[in-house]
Amino acid sequence: MSLLEVEVLNVRHGLLQAVCDVSFKIDRSEIVAFVGANGAGKTTLFRALAGAHMPASGRVVLDGADVTSVPDHQRVKRGIALVPEGRHLFKDLTVYENLALANAAGRKGAWSIDSVFDVFPNLVPHLRQKAGTLSGGEQQAAAIGRALITNPDVLLLDEVSLGLSPAAVENVYASIGRLVGAATTILLVEQDLDRALSVATRVICMLEGRVVLEDAVGKLSREQIIEAYFGTRQTRSEGVTTQ
Amino acid sequence: MTAAVADNNEVGVSPRLVSGPALAACDVSVSFGASRVLNGVSLEVRTGELVGIIGPNGAGKTTLFGTLVGALRPVTGAVLFEGTDVTHQSMAQRCRRGLVRTHQIPRPFNGMTVFENVFVAAVNTHGLSRKEAYQRALDALSHTDMLGVANRRAEELGLLDRKRLELSRTLATEPKVLLLDEIGGGLSEGESMELLAMIRALSDRGITIVWIEHMVPLLRKAAARFVCLHQGKIIADGKPDEVMANPMVTSAYLGGSVQ
Repeated sequence: MSLLEVEVLNVRHGLLQAVCDVSFKIDRSEIVAFVGANGAGKTTLFRALAGAHMPASGRVVLDGADVTSVPDHQRVKRGIALVPEGRHLFKDLTVYENLALANAAGRKGAWSIDSVFDVFPNLVPHLRQKAGTLSGGEQQAAAIGRALITNPDVLLLDEVSLGLSPAAVENVYASIGRLVGAATTILLVEQDLDRALSVATRVICMLEGRVVLEDAVGKLSREQIIEAYFGTRQTRSEGVTTQ
Repeated sequence: MTAAVADNNEVGVSPRLVSGPALAACDVSVSFGASRVLNGVSLEVRTGELVGIIGPNGAGKTTLFGTLVGALRPVTGAVLFEGTDVTHQSMAQRCRRGLVRTHQIPRPFNGMTVFENVFVAAVNTHGLSRKEAYQRALDALSHTDMLGVANRRAEELGLLDRKRLELSRTLATEPKVLLLDEIGGGLSEGESMELLAMIRALSDRGITIVWIEHMVPLLRKAAARFVCLHQGKIIADGKPDEVMANPMVTSAYLGGSVQ
């Protein structure tokens, strides 16, 4: 059984249908990159997976249990954690307080405040500092740490490199590399295709709310992904390969 | 693609007479506080052209439109409309000259009917009589196929109709140059084809069109020229296929080094 199954999911923003009939399955320990242009529906999809945006129809099944109508704060307890685009830390709380809050809201497991600091040593000097005063890279580390500390089965990373300096992006990705093999399943949205391909095991490409291409990283060329990204493929296959 | 959609180019992009620039941005730079959103953009759009503008999120596309119509003031550079420097003219003045835009998120006057929304646009542009403005509004609604919903209130409309209304309001001002900001986004394939047909018809009427759109295949069916913006600069300008094959363009969207 797959860890996460998404079945014919439709998500709307009022009149706008942002996610259309999206279905996929994610197995434990997979790292899946979601690639697509602005407005493709990636962030909305992630928010729907995290319970932050209720879908119009379809199902989200986690480890065999239907969590579609479970709200976000309870979904954290079921094992889905989102690192939202733009981080959204509690800026007036300290780094420690941000992590402690998530620790209390989440699940028991291997991740603790200490182990988060092992992965993000750059946070240690800022423990008692308000999160809003950190640099972009440090805030991103704190946001990922806040998600990890809930001990998720599924970690959703939405554009973790957005607005960071190149050095900070390197740091964040180095730490994501350290999570690989830590039995965490990761879904990530990343604009930089080469970077996405360097960490992911599978790619799901979205266009205008739909999944248009999906395969293991080794099986797709950069050109195929670019064509799917812009929708410039000559023939769009209706049946998307599923694994 | 559905069978109903004729595949590209020959069908949609008819050669038409083009002459001097209808609209030009000359070395335009725009800043929001410390961040420079447009950096020395120069662009000429010839009369009768239909130009597609592409570029990743944050490239400066909408800011360019805002500057062209006068919603934003450039820190340097000039905007020329039909050879006249309009940089210091208001939006209303530029609108009366025939330069208008649509908005990415339709902005109808809610609480008013579709007809009233369009009538406001007609009556305020050229000092028409009530009767003339009435006729102008009807013409605009007829072009966008909205006469059937003319008495519905704007807030009751679905997304395609809201986009049509946005287009109708600009048409009621009798534009010479029409700037379309992501008017095709969020529509189904059938709906976007309807919109495409409407926009082509406007182009065939001789209206110069600049169209920002994320959906490259849709834009390709209409535009014979693509301009790609990235980080406030034009990085490619030419035939759609050439622009889309340009490694600088793919890198702008998807990262990676430019060979």
